[in-house]
Amino acid sequence: MAKHAITAAEAGYLLCHCCHLLCRPQPGSIHSRCPRCGAVLHRRKPNSLARTWALTLTAYILYIPANLLPIMTVTMSGRGEPDTILSGVKELIVGGMWPLALLVFFASITVPVLKLLALTFLLLSVRFGSHWRPWERTVLYRLTESIGRWSMIDVFVITILVAVVELGTLATIEAGAGAVAFGGVVVVTMFAAMSFDPRLIWDCMAPKDGEVSSHSRPEGAYRMQR
Amino acid sequence: MMESCAGEYAVAEYALVACHDCDLLFRKPRLRPGQKARCPRCGAVLFQRKRSGMDQSLALACTSLVLFILANAYPLLRMNIAGRVQEGSLLTGIEELYSQGYWEISVLVFVVTFLAPLAKMLCLFYVLLPLWLFGRRAPKAERVFRWMEQLSPWAMTEVFMLGILVAVVKLADLAALTPGIALYSFAGLMVTMAAGDAMLDDHEVWERLEAADG
Ligand SMILES: [Zn+2]
Repeated sequence: MAKHAITAAEAGYLLCHCCHLLCRPQPGSIHSRCPRCGAVLHRRKPNSLARTWALTLTAYILYIPANLLPIMTVTMSGRGEPDTILSGVKELIVGGMWPLALLVFFASITVPVLKLLALTFLLLSVRFGSHWRPWERTVLYRLTESIGRWSMIDVFVITILVAVVELGTLATIEAGAGAVAFGGVVVVTMFAAMSFDPRLIWDCMAPKDGEVSSHSRPEGAYRMQR
Repeated sequence: MMESCAGEYAVAEYALVACHDCDLLFRKPRLRPGQKARCPRCGAVLFQRKRSGMDQSLALACTSLVLFILANAYPLLRMNIAGRVQEGSLLTGIEELYSQGYWEISVLVFVVTFLAPLAKMLCLFYVLLPLWLFGRRAPKAERVFRWMEQLSPWAMTEVFMLGILVAVVKLADLAALTPGIALYSFAGLMVTMAAGDAMLDDHEVWERLEAADG
């Protein structure tokens, strides 16, 4: 590879987010739409960093009540105590349901925390123009984006429990305010991941004049896979 | 308004394509069915030619719709505590959350388990059916297909299925449980929707939409 790889933005093209058509702006246009699918075209997602920061910080704040407040209260024959996310996991462990406890722990505690940390790390690395492992950071972004929906498990469990258990004096299950906060964390982090633009990672990488890019792999234009 | 907007941008070049994750510019790869082209710089999947066609996607969407109706019309679980029987479905759960005063979660659950999957299936029918039957494009099909792509991350049927399993295990030591028709339907729905996502070739759909006349 003699010269460094050129990006669509450098060539004056815009890629449609939605239908992946490569578009070329006509002279004098500011904001416009893809000629094929009608999506609004941007060179990069608008205000990507500011938006992602705002949503990530909101999620951090919501994460506190999501873990401290009860997500539901189970009442059996008049007695009952509120359950938080963590005490729900503990209960599964006490009941000997290890695989399920691990699943719930992973979906409701590990995933949201890792997602928030990953987003913060990506935001900081772009902010400081880091050249460190762009490929790994892009993979981290893709992972963050795809794994987020799995945190909804606990919210669904509450919905089903509430639907089935309503036996008057025998047993009742009531949702708790923690569930609202937790649902908020999941939704807000999903929006945060969507508003981050992974191309910003590569924009800081553009080599200076005369410098040979060390990050282009030499096997050709693209890799084919069976 | 739309016309003047569309005129400002032109299709750059059909032979070129850019990576959506790192913006690297490429000559468009020529792929055989079943092949995948990845970005050499960041590893994102650029293009994937699927072996299946639109008929498979439509058949799966039909199956999904039938299963979706069953999954919401019948109870998920029936439980029996000391001779008293209680049944619940997804919609009764949403209703119950709403009546307990947690409208935020009830709206959220309604959207991600009911509205988004349903809208996704209906959008797919609207776009693919005229294309497959008559080779024609339905009015505003591009916009509908774009909505469908944006809706996708919010349809959480497979996550809901896992939620059902956790709930079943949690309830198992509380009472005697009988799984309802909806539980099996949800399991089937999870499979057909995932298969439908895996088989739909959106690049092909966009190209056919562009080629078809309205
Ligand atoms: Zn790339």
